Amino acid sequence: MSAKIRKIVTIVDETRSEMGRPVTPAVRRAAAVAVIANPFAGRFEEDLTPLIEIGEELGDLLGRHALAALGIPGGQVEGYGKAATVGENGELEHAAAILHPKLGAPLRKLLGKAPALIPSAKKRGSLGTVLDVPLGHKAAAYVRSHFDGMEVRVPDAPRADEIMVAVVLTSAGRPLPRIGGLKTDEIKGEDGLR
Amino acid sequence: MPDVAIRKTSTVVETIFHEGGPVAAAPLKRGAALAVIANPFAGRYVPDIAGFMDDLQPLGLSLARGLLEALGGDPKTIQGYGKGAIIGAAGELEHGALWHVPGGYAMREILGDAKAIVASTKKVGGPGTRLDIPVTHINASYVRSHFDAFEIGITDAPKADELLLALVMTTGSRIHARVGGLKASEIKGEDGLR
Repeated sequence: MSAKIRKIVTIVDETRSEMGRPVTPAVRRAAAVAVIANPFAGRFEEDLTPLIEIGEELGDLLGRHALAALGIPGGQVEGYGKAATVGENGELEHAAAILHPKLGAPLRKLLGKAPALIPSAKKRGSLGTVLDVPLGHKAAAYVRSHFDGMEVRVPDAPRADEIMVAVVLTSAGRPLPRIGGLKTDEIKGEDGLR
Repeated sequence: MPDVAIRKTSTVVETIFHEGGPVAAAPLKRGAALAVIANPFAGRYVPDIAGFMDDLQPLGLSLARGLLEALGGDPKTIQGYGKGAIIGAAGELEHGALWHVPGGYAMREILGDAKAIVASTKKVGGPGTRLDIPVTHINASYVRSHFDAFEIGITDAPKADELLLALVMTTGSRIHARVGGLKASEIKGEDGLR
């Protein structure tokens, strides 16, 4: 089953200064959000395979949209995250089916070496519900400078029978990181953690 | 007059395929370009502020160009527009009014001879405040199919001493427009109204 997409929303923010200090280069973050029909809205379905397949499709599609909006080659992306809001006639498990089994592989394929887990969040909500997408470094989950979050919101989604799926890619971590921890130049890159 | 100090920018693009009706042959795109800048007049009453409109012109052009690019890059595809401002708590509504001239000028500059008045709105608000920006046809304000609005906002802006400035463009009418009135094909194009 392929996704029945009502709309796709991309959001790019570019932070150039923080507390009056320049952020050089500016930090860019791009979210690509698809609003899709929930094929299982309003009923219990044991087999969620169709949603898993939709997740695979959206990993590639939203990854490409976010990358295009970010305007850099996939290899230069540093951070990522994913999340979904299920409309009121769906269940959290629907979001899980999209996000977890198969969305990651096609997304990683666009980004060069990206062994770190993709931070994720999910919730049930209604039109205009705010979704905070957790972010981490794509090569090593413990890189502290890249722990972040990006808020996404689509005023008219998700309707009751829809699911809103978001992928976020970033060019860097927080604007002025200075609380220590594992740094990007210390990444070993073996296990996706450090 | 003071420099324009940009803290961050944000670009939002929606690509709408349908809204419950038939899938459109060409999806509708709606987009907003936002800039968060320092309000040079925050915290006090400054009688003479009009000169800042000139200072805002380059920002207007850069936002308008960036937005056009995000919507595909062809000025001939742009059919609707609007603009708006949110003034942080230490400012006054009049500071938002400074955006009328440079914001409108910038969109007309890149769209050629757009004739209709640029619909606009403004308010004072805190970080995360949402603003519904009215949208109308670029050549004739009475085209009913193009009466629309686009909701914008940024989670962490405007801070008290900031201004959030916004431009909106669209590539067509509401996705399933069907309530009659003046049609785009009937525009006379003489007065910017019909």
